[in-house]
Amino acid sequence: MRLFNLIFPQRRNSAAVAKERLQIILSHERASRDAPDFLPILQRELLAVVGRFVEIRDDMIRINLGKQGDTSLLEINVEIDGAKLNFGRPGGFGGRRATSFEPG
Amino acid sequence: MAKVIVVTSGKGGVGKTTTAAAFAAGLALRGHKTVVIDFDVGLRNLDLVMGCERRVVFDFINVINGDAKLNQALIKDKRNDLLYIFPTSQTRDKDALKREAVERVLDELTEQFDYIVCDSPAGIEHGAITALYFADSALIVTNPEVSSVRDSDRIIGILASKSRRAERNMEPVSLNLLLTRYAPDRVTRGEMLTVEDVREILSIPLLGVIPESESVLRASNTGTPIVFDEESPAGRAYLDAVARFLGEQRELRFVKPERKSFFRVLFGRA
Repeated sequence: MRLFNLIFPQRRNSAAVAKERLQIILSHERASRDAPDFLPILQRELLAVVGRFVEIRDDMIRINLGKQGDTSLLEINVEIDGAKLNFGRPGGFGGRRATSFEPG
Repeated sequence: MAKVIVVTSGKGGVGKTTTAAAFAAGLALRGHKTVVIDFDVGLRNLDLVMGCERRVVFDFINVINGDAKLNQALIKDKRNDLLYIFPTSQTRDKDALKREAVERVLDELTEQFDYIVCDSPAGIEHGAITALYFADSALIVTNPEVSSVRDSDRIIGILASKSRRAERNMEPVSLNLLLTRYAPDRVTRGEMLTVEDVREILSIPLLGVIPESESVLRASNTGTPIVFDEESPAGRAYLDAVARFLGEQRELRFVKPERKSFFRVLFGRA
């Protein structure tokens, strides 16, 4: 059998790979497609507000709109572990008021 | 009242125009007065596939601008009395189709026809959205290939949210999956998504499977909708799809590898 495989190497069924990849990407895209339009804006503004106090990156705020039974649930996760305080920096907490915010 | 059918896919090159031509001709062959409209402004091609490119005098934009009457722009097919072609314009202004103007034209067509088949451009820009906006039914043309399936999923989402039926909270656009360029022998070898795979991923009803066939290129070479080629497996598969669309039960054909007879190998006609 091993010799057989050596002579005729088995390729992984590529159609099965295609199906799996599609199922994963589409479940992700469908979830964001059905999300209300305000979520990206909310995320951006939250990022701006939190960013005045601690230094965070775009991916440290995650927003999800889900359902639990009959109630819609807006879930906001802000990861600040290891984030630097923005204390005293211009535009930061204790400094001048932020008029604009550039993530990054 | 005519029924408006949009032929759409998101992705380009999957067989929308071939399908629009074949489906419209198929409906006409079944006795329904049908017009097929090219919505691909600037990239007119339906006329070539239908074989009437030298008979185009007025187009969609001329009618919208009031430079021509609708009946002056409609081209009657030479093979079937019930089939008409409404060519698009070659103008470079791809946003020339205003929704209200298109609505007026469709309202006028609906008086004369049983079916209005709209051949959508690829993409999800203005032209594609205009083509699907007025649809009662949609043929989602999909190849068994990852990018085509993903784009079809996107178009299905747009039909569910941006069509007139969605905006007015009417019964949703009826969705029909048409799997084209299907190669049963490659499916058997595990190189191509199966009918069941695609149906499961997109989860919309399957209207038909059109086998990959050399006859499709031959048909477009000569400007003949593929359903007029009675020998062609693709043509017969399209006629099956039309029959199902009209409510008939037909078994799927051409989804298993064909055993080539010695005769066929020798004379090699697909």
